[in-house]
Amino acid sequence: MNRRDMLTEGLLATPLAFAALSQDAQGRATGSVRGPRADYFPNFILRTQDNKPVRFYDDLVQGKIVIFNFFYARCEETCPATMANLARVQELLGGRVGFDYHMYSITLDPRHDSPRVLKDYARMHGAKPGWLFLTGKHDEIDVLRHKLGYSDPDAVRDKDKARHIGVIRYGNEAMDRWAACPVEMNPQRIAESIHWMDFPKTWPGKTRT
Amino acid sequence: MSNNDQKAKTEKSKRTLNRRELLKLGAMAGSAAIVTSKGFHASGQRLRINYGGGGSGSFPLCNDRCYSNCPTISPPVTPFMAALAIPPVAQPSQLTPAPTLAANTAGGEAPRANHQRWTEFLPAVYYDFHAQEFNHSFHPQYPSQPVWGYNGYAPGPVIKARYGTPILVRVHNDLPANHIGFGDPRIVTHLHGGHTASESDGFAGEFYSSGLFKDHHYPNILAGYDTFGVDPITGLRGDTRETEGFLFYHDHRVDFTAANNYKGLQGFYLMFDPLDSDNENDPNPAAFRLPSGQYDIPMIFNDKSFGSNKILAFDDFNLDGFIGDQFLVNGAIQPYLQVARRKYRFRLVNGGPSRFYQFFLSSGQNFTRISSDGNLLPAPITQQSVTLGVAERVDVIVDFSQYPIGTQVYLQNRMEQCNGRGPTGNTISPGVNVLRFDVTSNAADPSRVPATLRPLPSVDTSQAVTTRYWKFDNSRNGQWTVNDRVFDINRVDATVRKGTAEIWDLKNEGRDWSHPIHIHLESFQVISVNGNYWNSGGVPQDDTGRKDVITLGPRDEVQVFIRFREWTGKYVMHCHNQIHEDHAMMIRYDVVP
Repeated sequence: MNRRDMLTEGLLATPLAFAALSQDAQGRATGSVRGPRADYFPNFILRTQDNKPVRFYDDLVQGKIVIFNFFYARCEETCPATMANLARVQELLGGRVGFDYHMYSITLDPRHDSPRVLKDYARMHGAKPGWLFLTGKHDEIDVLRHKLGYSDPDAVRDKDKARHIGVIRYGNEAMDRWAACPVEMNPQRIAESIHWMDFPKTWPGKTRT
Repeated sequence: MSNNDQKAKTEKSKRTLNRRELLKLGAMAGSAAIVTSKGFHASGQRLRINYGGGGSGSFPLCNDRCYSNCPTISPPVTPFMAALAIPPVAQPSQLTPAPTLAANTAGGEAPRANHQRWTEFLPAVYYDFHAQEFNHSFHPQYPSQPVWGYNGYAPGPVIKARYGTPILVRVHNDLPANHIGFGDPRIVTHLHGGHTASESDGFAGEFYSSGLFKDHHYPNILAGYDTFGVDPITGLRGDTRETEGFLFYHDHRVDFTAANNYKGLQGFYLMFDPLDSDNENDPNPAAFRLPSGQYDIPMIFNDKSFGSNKILAFDDFNLDGFIGDQFLVNGAIQPYLQVARRKYRFRLVNGGPSRFYQFFLSSGQNFTRISSDGNLLPAPITQQSVTLGVAERVDVIVDFSQYPIGTQVYLQNRMEQCNGRGPTGNTISPGVNVLRFDVTSNAADPSRVPATLRPLPSVDTSQAVTTRYWKFDNSRNGQWTVNDRVFDINRVDATVRKGTAEIWDLKNEGRDWSHPIHIHLESFQVISVNGNYWNSGGVPQDDTGRKDVITLGPRDEVQVFIRFREWTGKYVMHCHNQIHEDHAMMIRYDVVP
């Protein structure tokens, strides 16, 4: 994030707001080591359902095992089912969400989905603490969506928000390991996939010296 | 033929082609079709073309999906600097601890079900494979760099197996558990084309961690072993019409198959019998005497992308399919092969991850095609080009005796493809030169290409106990689906009874996607394409042989006749565009007694 971005967002007055999210529950300084693909990720400022500003890379991604999806509150056709599935994933991951694992649902309709809307939406879908719902500037979210691989080569279809809500992106930033699975997949399978990202707990074996 | 100064020519065709139209195109390519001089492809985008005059050999790309660390254009290289690498033939070895019926988990083996019919097909030969990381040269102008492969080779050593001789391949996972970057160091190995018991088939969910090994029991029996007697000519039990010669092994780790294959976890598995005997001097009068030994060369084709640091790059955020701009044969970018003035057997396999190929010889010479997906055809066919979807295979005979020493002939890919969803339908002339044959010597040629090879099994659709419908689609919200569902390794999507035959109807619902669909366990025969049936000549020539991958072009519907024999357990069918496969375009089917 550069100074101009911060000014635009009127955030320079509240720099301390970032500090809290730069450590995980074990106090690991997640902000200290940049991952191999750190420069790939934008560092846009997003806002959580609690209206807390967060930097995309520094606060949400760096050093973390993350689960992303895109949604929008006015998507009434399929989003409710997929969010319900994600709520089951959060239950299956137990108390680790917000600590070892980080769930982020990013709105594709940021002009409508204010933090207040997100707050209601999260409550409606039974999201427990640790699962962040995120909004931001429309153009920046568009960049973020493309960066995370949610796009369509056809320009018209690319603009259709509904095209981009079906897939969960998950990964381990420190290991630069990324994969994706359908959001409608059996939640137990999704939870397993997340656990498999947990190095070294689920990754025994010979290590490179 | 030099490609240095040639401008791109695009033979325009329809925007989306179904399979029949593609085949028609293949037949007319090379003749003067309508050529546009401006070089626009179907969607109106300007082609960015660099045919290697500057040494890059790059293929026209419209790689608008590379948002990750995959560069649009790899650093240029001078083509044809390195000789084609042919991996060594795997040598048998002793195994400690000795292989066992049940998984020897105390001894370091990954969990698996007991080997089926273990004592009946007790392995006679053991192979010790180690999936490992090592340095590899993709090209002399790129730095040597870490890849994954087997026993120090990527592609791995060539397993030469014989029908009637069961073998066991132990695959140790020696990959670095703390690996950083694309590729997951937990693996499971599938023998593509194998008539293999479930526990050795490499089921996508049965991957195992570094430090463990897994024993793969390959009985090398013919399909139909349980219902056919002993064939008097070969002495083999089973249906000799089901003999398969060209298989390949590769990683099948769910969600990471594309990346793990891209890092190099692939290799060749050739099977022989008394007819296709690996001996062009075979005194057996029944033997085919196809070109053998150093004149029988397997080739795996991959497209890859390299960063500005000349290190292998992959776009693991891509959901549609990954297209690279460098063309590799057996792990090297645009190699050359010195050939003698005689016949060769080339076994071609498309190793993915997503690209389709249509190969031509620059001299205009035809291929003598003798197989489909590793199965010898009833008779050789002459084709100007051969088309390969991901994981499809063909064996071709090329006779270089017509060329004077000093001639150079290129193997060219003329299939235009701009993103991972499938080819555009355009054929590009001259295309990219993937491999250069240098005719450098004379050699005796005792090999033959018999006028008849292997007959096809008869198809009797009345034997099919059911027809199953499988619909491949991309849902409105961006998920790859089969029958509107996404893969679950623990959900059985179809249960079939061992010893029965079925018809599977495979339908591509997409308007601009192509899907090479692969079914594990058995090869099948295509009985209809878009409503045109085999017994009235409705199946295109490319698909008339036995196959285990069938490419569905946009809106294509193909019916296949398939039997399920000898083995039980869990198997999969999936799209072999490895990106689609990794994003859950897969179903599980179980064979039950």
